[in-house]
Amino acid sequence: MTAISEPGARAKRYSGFAVVLQRFGALGFFVALVIIAASSSPYFLTGLNLLNVLRNLAGDGIMAVGILFVILTGRIDLSVGSIAALGSVLSAYLIAASGYSAPVAILLAVLSGVACGIVNGVFIAYLKWRSLFVSLAVMLIVRQLSEITLSGRPIFLGAGGDSLETFSRSLLFGLPESFVFMLGAYLLGGIVLNYTRFGRLITAIGSNEEAVRLSGVAVSRYIVAVYVICGALAAGAGVAITGLIGGAGSAHTSYTVIFEAIAAVVTGGAGLRGGRAGVVTTLLGVLVVGCITNLMALAGVSMYWQPVCMVVIIAIALLIQYGARSLRR
Amino acid sequence: MAELAKLIAITTSFDGVCALRGVDFEVRSGEVHALIGENGSGKSALMRVLCGQMAPSSGEVRIDGTRVEFRDPRAMSIAIVNQEIALAPDLSVAENIFLGELSHVIAWGALRRRARDLIHALGFDIDPRRQVGSLTVADQQIVKIAKALSRKFKIVVFDEPIAELSTSDADRLHKVIGKLRSEGVGIVYVSDRLEEVLRISDRVTVLKDGEVVGTQDAKALTIDDAIRMMVGRPMSALFPEKAARDIGAERLAVRGLSAGPRVRGVSFSLRSGEIVGLGGLVGAGRTEVARAIIGADPRESGAIHVNGREIKVRSPADSVAAGICLAPECRELHGLFPDMSIRFNATMANLSGVANPFGLLKVGLERTVVMDLGRTLRLRESRIDASVSSLSAGDQQKVVLAKWLHAGGEIFILDEPTRGLDVADKSDIHAFIIKLAEAGKAVLVISSEHRELFGLCDRVLVMGEGQLRGELQPRDYSEEKLLSLALPRQAFQQQGETRS
Repeated sequence: MTAISEPGARAKRYSGFAVVLQRFGALGFFVALVIIAASSSPYFLTGLNLLNVLRNLAGDGIMAVGILFVILTGRIDLSVGSIAALGSVLSAYLIAASGYSAPVAILLAVLSGVACGIVNGVFIAYLKWRSLFVSLAVMLIVRQLSEITLSGRPIFLGAGGDSLETFSRSLLFGLPESFVFMLGAYLLGGIVLNYTRFGRLITAIGSNEEAVRLSGVAVSRYIVAVYVICGALAAGAGVAITGLIGGAGSAHTSYTVIFEAIAAVVTGGAGLRGGRAGVVTTLLGVLVVGCITNLMALAGVSMYWQPVCMVVIIAIALLIQYGARSLRR
Repeated sequence: MAELAKLIAITTSFDGVCALRGVDFEVRSGEVHALIGENGSGKSALMRVLCGQMAPSSGEVRIDGTRVEFRDPRAMSIAIVNQEIALAPDLSVAENIFLGELSHVIAWGALRRRARDLIHALGFDIDPRRQVGSLTVADQQIVKIAKALSRKFKIVVFDEPIAELSTSDADRLHKVIGKLRSEGVGIVYVSDRLEEVLRISDRVTVLKDGEVVGTQDAKALTIDDAIRMMVGRPMSALFPEKAARDIGAERLAVRGLSAGPRVRGVSFSLRSGEIVGLGGLVGAGRTEVARAIIGADPRESGAIHVNGREIKVRSPADSVAAGICLAPECRELHGLFPDMSIRFNATMANLSGVANPFGLLKVGLERTVVMDLGRTLRLRESRIDASVSSLSAGDQQKVVLAKWLHAGGEIFILDEPTRGLDVADKSDIHAFIIKLAEAGKAVLVISSEHRELFGLCDRVLVMGEGQLRGELQPRDYSEEKLLSLALPRQAFQQQGETRS
């Protein structure tokens, strides 16, 4: 894990207790959550349930890495949830309705995410439109595209999707394969951010974009690259979700994921305005979000109330961890 | 003359570093008391103590003979005119002047009348309905002065009030100061323009390294004496003796460059081994020229030649690839990643130099490279993982220069390279600039400090209102010649036509 923790001195503004809180706040919150969960439901700590938690958070987790990259550049991508839904619907459709083999369907689904990323990136980087506006537009259009593909009927994978379902359900090293895949994404993300030219430039763009430009770097192509990475990961996460549920039920898949993924990044300690953010802390944020979801399900919170509770719990967590300052502009 | 304010044995310190050490200073009714000193000598700190914006760690402040503690500056009837007065660019002149006392329902007529009267009393003419953002820099400065003088004060501090004004406007401001003085107001005048300081003030106090060197009658002081007091040595010893350097082939040629109102048809060239100065008033367009050359801002016309060949500059990526590099005026805003480490900053313009062909960074190599850069530039901070925001202004500037040294720059454009630096860092930077030239690089130094331009440069180009007004050779170096080229020409004409 040390390989992907952030090297170098942290900002000096925080001192003593504040540093501890900032660095390990998400970890502390996670531990507290596990204790609460374990004591409130005997079912929580059973192996079956924990595997379920990990399996369910893999999709969100993969998306959170992509969003982390975008947030690091000081921008936002609201369209990830929709792209995940598209990836989910498209892979199910291609396998069940068009009869493509699973690998080809997965590839095409991921490419659809790449395409969405290119649209986001080109408008944001080259035409200098605001990322909030562009990704919101893409979010709505892409959500509608999934809706049209489904045309109101759920798709079941059937026999053609066996390999995909196996991927989402089988275990590797005693962990769900999709979760291992997600960990791989974090490891890779950490290496890219801390030990490559590309990652260095992404961090620099978030810290001071104008200084990067004046240093002679063609900033725009890195912005596009980041949106493409984010789009591809989101679509990939959608594929994992399809495998998990054995099809694509509705275009509302990952409806709240945008908030959960952003919450994971923010809970993990990355400011929404870019700059520093660690891969490890984002991972912790993902685990926190996953536990909250599971806890609510175990407590029998209604599906309709779950997103509401999630938002409130995360907001409280952020307030405890950083004080009101973290949510202000 | 009555004593309005007296500061006795003032000492201040931030984080254990003394800004002021046992400073005595007084302001009498009806005098202009000038305060001069190098950057970092403690002038601003002293004025903040006088105005009650900063509490001294020891010493006392007496106003009208009674000791006061840290208090609201408005209650102390001291006004300060400085660069920090913030104007709201979207509001009108009148609203800006009376911003602090606007009533819930604004009586527009009365407000504008009062604003107009106030500006007229100062000897200027600005329409109070104009949006402040649409005014020239000079007119904005006048609005700031009007804002500061919108109430009666016993003491008025002018902190670099005319840096952005033309001579005719500065003269009018000096008349205002004279009028205030005759009304018995005590005036503190902080400025780097020594000639003017000696002309308009009664007494001069010189600060150096946070201590008072002396307070003297302005009449008895010459400019040379003042400089000697400020820097502790005569001016000739400030800059290294100019050794003859080999001036080689033309490295950069700029032809007919135009970009917006502040860059109008600028042409000049830089040769290998040459240090060329670019002087002029603030707002003359020097920074804009630099930004247009490197492609930071769009340009309307003009060609850039490097080593005799025209290069297409669409963005800074093109100019950096051609070896042109800019150390910008606003270091924190345009040159640095303040939250990041020295190492992160220093290699930013050439990450390929510390990475393998796949883009994987060689951290060990990077550390050695940055350590070497730190030694070359005499960086005071030795921990290369220290965050840049924790560094002194001098070290920050050295990090910017390290970045370009690592990127293999050939043509260096340095915009106010020593602004805000202490004397030791300044001379480090000057020595580095000379080393660059000796290594055959071409250097353009933009500076508002005339002594720096004259001490360092082989020739000095002078800009005014977006145009190159002329070039000074070393034999012509003098403040008057530079200013006569730099001052706005329209102002002279207007003065004859519309203003008395």
